Amino acid sequence: MTDLTNLGIAAIRDGVAKGDFTATEVATAFNAAVAEANPALNAFIVTTPDHALAAAERVDAARAQGQPLGPLAGVPIGMKDLFATQGVPTTAASHILEGFVPQYESTVSQKLWDAGAGMLGKLNLDQFAMGSSNETSAFGNVISPWRAKGPDGTGDNAPRAPGGSSGGSSAAVSAHIVAAATGTDTGGSIRQPAAFTGIAGIKPTYGRCSRWGIVAFASSLDQAGPMARDVTDCAIMLEAMAGFDAKDSTSLDLPVPAWSAGLTDDLKGLKVGIPREYRLDGLNADVAKSWDDGIAWLKDAGAEVVDISLPHTKYALPAYYIIAPAEASSNLARYDGVRYGLRDLPDGAGLQEMYAATRAAGFGPEVKRRILIGTYVLSAGFYDAYYTQAQKVRTLIARDFENAFQQVDVILTPTAPTSAFALGEKSADPLEMYLNDVFSVPASLAGLPAMSVPAGLDRSGLPLGLHLIGRPFDEQGVLNAGLAIERRAGFTARPEKWW
Amino acid sequence: MSSYRIQGATGEWEVVIGLEVHAQISTQAKLFSGAATAFGAEPNTQVSLVDAAMPGMLPVVNGECIRQAVRTGLAINAVINPWSRFDRKNYFYADLPQGYQISQLYHPLVGEGAIEIIPDDKKPDETKRIGVERIHVEQDAGKLMHDQHPTMSYVDLNRSGVALMEIVSRPDMTSPAEAGAYLTKLRTILRYVGSCDGNMDQGSMRADVNVSVRRAGEPLGTRTETKNVNSVRFVMAAIEYEANRQVDVLEAGGKIVQETRLFDPDTGTTRSMRSKEDAHDYRYFPDPDLLPLVLDDAFIAECRASLPELPDAKRTRYETALGLSAYNAGVLTADAETARWFERLVADSARRQGKSESDVARAASNWLTSELFGALNKLGRTLLDSPVTPEAGAELLALVGDGTISGSIAKQVLEKMLETGDTPGAIVDREGLKQTSDTGAIETAVDAVLAANADKVAQYKAGKEALFGFFVGQTMKAMQGKGNPQLVNQVIKAKLG
Repeated sequence: MTDLTNLGIAAIRDGVAKGDFTATEVATAFNAAVAEANPALNAFIVTTPDHALAAAERVDAARAQGQPLGPLAGVPIGMKDLFATQGVPTTAASHILEGFVPQYESTVSQKLWDAGAGMLGKLNLDQFAMGSSNETSAFGNVISPWRAKGPDGTGDNAPRAPGGSSGGSSAAVSAHIVAAATGTDTGGSIRQPAAFTGIAGIKPTYGRCSRWGIVAFASSLDQAGPMARDVTDCAIMLEAMAGFDAKDSTSLDLPVPAWSAGLTDDLKGLKVGIPREYRLDGLNADVAKSWDDGIAWLKDAGAEVVDISLPHTKYALPAYYIIAPAEASSNLARYDGVRYGLRDLPDGAGLQEMYAATRAAGFGPEVKRRILIGTYVLSAGFYDAYYTQAQKVRTLIARDFENAFQQVDVILTPTAPTSAFALGEKSADPLEMYLNDVFSVPASLAGLPAMSVPAGLDRSGLPLGLHLIGRPFDEQGVLNAGLAIERRAGFTARPEKWW
Repeated sequence: MSSYRIQGATGEWEVVIGLEVHAQISTQAKLFSGAATAFGAEPNTQVSLVDAAMPGMLPVVNGECIRQAVRTGLAINAVINPWSRFDRKNYFYADLPQGYQISQLYHPLVGEGAIEIIPDDKKPDETKRIGVERIHVEQDAGKLMHDQHPTMSYVDLNRSGVALMEIVSRPDMTSPAEAGAYLTKLRTILRYVGSCDGNMDQGSMRADVNVSVRRAGEPLGTRTETKNVNSVRFVMAAIEYEANRQVDVLEAGGKIVQETRLFDPDTGTTRSMRSKEDAHDYRYFPDPDLLPLVLDDAFIAECRASLPELPDAKRTRYETALGLSAYNAGVLTADAETARWFERLVADSARRQGKSESDVARAASNWLTSELFGALNKLGRTLLDSPVTPEAGAELLALVGDGTISGSIAKQVLEKMLETGDTPGAIVDREGLKQTSDTGAIETAVDAVLAANADKVAQYKAGKEALFGFFVGQTMKAMQGKGNPQLVNQVIKAKLG
């Protein structure tokens, strides 16, 4: 029997359904892979082999009784530790939630279990999803399975960032220790790590996936999505995750299309926009070449390529780093030591001292930085200059996209300005780190569906991703363009197993 | 302008008052969660995951709360904003689980409206219009309990997330009496509408009192805000104290500091809680978890159609259509329960007596306001827990109306009704209280009275006509009140002729 961990969602589901192997065998294989790899990769904060096995046994029993199987029956996945999971610790990779065990299950994770998936564990992330490298986790950074080799195989062997914030998810998917994983994306947290690790990941239209039960970072931007080995698996998993939820007021009350059934790489008649503002001065040559490859592949698939302008692009990052911290500063006020999680109560301390001690001990430096920024931009006298202005910019950026989508159907850009950087390389300079989101943030501000697909390796042997942005609700267009690239890129590279 | 002035050492001062009233919306569920809202439940038994601000929890607006706030707005003829939005008011406190209160700063649900008050009970025809700037909807906080543990405070989140309307008046009031009248009238309207039970002692309604003083004709002075005052009497006392305190400060050459103050009901004084310098920066911003509230015309029309007859309209109708005095109309419309009781009394009286409502309403209103209210008052009861039903009252009035009993016997019957809960007919039968119109019996009684009081008869005949009432009283007494008063009068008049 082939190594079951080499299989993705569709292959596992079909194999289980046909009886080629049992769900229990699949879960066992992945549990073993997790146990072997996690000490090296640190991709999981907590592993839950029993959860994966119990789900698998339910699937096997259902199959034995001839009951219909769910669309993810027998598929063991990793759950980003931002999703509340009933009875399983949920930390957001922060000390402040250490020991917190929810009595409730997030809507998205519940939908996945209902579809037949099982949970291998809770995946590491940047603390409260704030970061692009996974280095802000309170439980140690994830190490990417990928190593830089250089064209002659002599590149530095330094540990690489798996991207962030969904770095545990990207590392686990690319190391084949999970069949797929959930991610969340606020400014690029699904797409950038997917690009860094040679996997596919889609952030759907804002509102497609319920935010209920997901630890909030920036409410108007946060959106869950799948991270998987290919576009088809992303489509299957997104179908299971998406759907209206009355418990989330910003949830889209729209039917979930059958994206996986609608997949095609025939792009005849499709117009693809190439935004000139994304061609930054000094853009990394390998990234630029990968972008050109993407253009050629899409043309090959029948698409027409059109130059477009998104004139307010350069204001996106500053606006994002006002709006997201503003919302975060308020969303994170509930971590106060009063009801759950960490409480630091120095001798003789009153309420204010307890707040200060708890939050000082519980939040990491990047979270504190963003709370400070957010508090500042919302404070009296600065609100209009920062927050109001940023909201106006957000409107202009959304309008840029609206105008562009009068002309084109999808937009193609690189996912990130570089391939995966070495751990520690950018952590000293937050601005340098923030610049990694430059291509992903505009689509987040506009709430648009966007995905990253693997496009090849750079000269040091690290994966590069291409980024597709679609019209609101047009996940199908994004997935199809992604599929066209995936089929033409022929990306089969895998990290050499060193763990 | 009321004539209320503070007499300072250096002259007269006017007082300017605005009230921000927090009224708990009467709904089964909280504003953004499905948790229940019953008063007096065991601590932390009415708390959902949302109210406790567990990670990842999201608010979903309770449409019934919005409906009640819109109905309230319509009841004070206010502008209903078809587009409104929730904002977060950020501050840290142990009774505020989210670390912010969801409120409406920038775009409230209800805009400008007004309430008519009668500043002086004794002048029921003089009204004054008090502007209402806005009504917005917001969450209540929880409650801290400091008496449960020697070194710790306990938190009860039952109230956390309960829906409040904040009803903000214009600074249109100029005396404690006007503020009291405004608060009372507002409570009446809320109870009519059914959007708030108005129970200030249970915290369902409380007021933040803004007070400033100035010399006549001068611009507004600096105001202070006295928080969470929870009775009409205390609001009036807080204003009285605070206005005098401000005058004292100013006349001593001091300045009023814009600050938040607390009222101490035990001493009737206010004291400083925090000054403007220490005021929170609430960092209001639109709540990204909630979409703007958009109301369509049909919803607003439904809210309007669902409103009952409101106190001002009812009062006018009582005066014009039913012929009640302004005073009685005011008393009977002061709360919805009383009006409901009165209307059942009138309807049943008209039915029993075969007359129109307007023919029986005056007598019914007089009986209710003077007889029943007085009797209940003596028993320490109100109409709400009255042993006498409107139907029993109507039966009693009918017995008077058809001459079965006299007015004075009716008083005795009422006392028995309150004691026993029996119907007036049963009491009259059992006690043999039927009025007698037997002229022979009356003449016998009158003869006896006149014979026993020959001296007074002489005085009467000498011109002291006031003694007539004495003879009537003595006769009625001798007949245990059962003599038909008209016949008694006629007989005495004839005998003294």
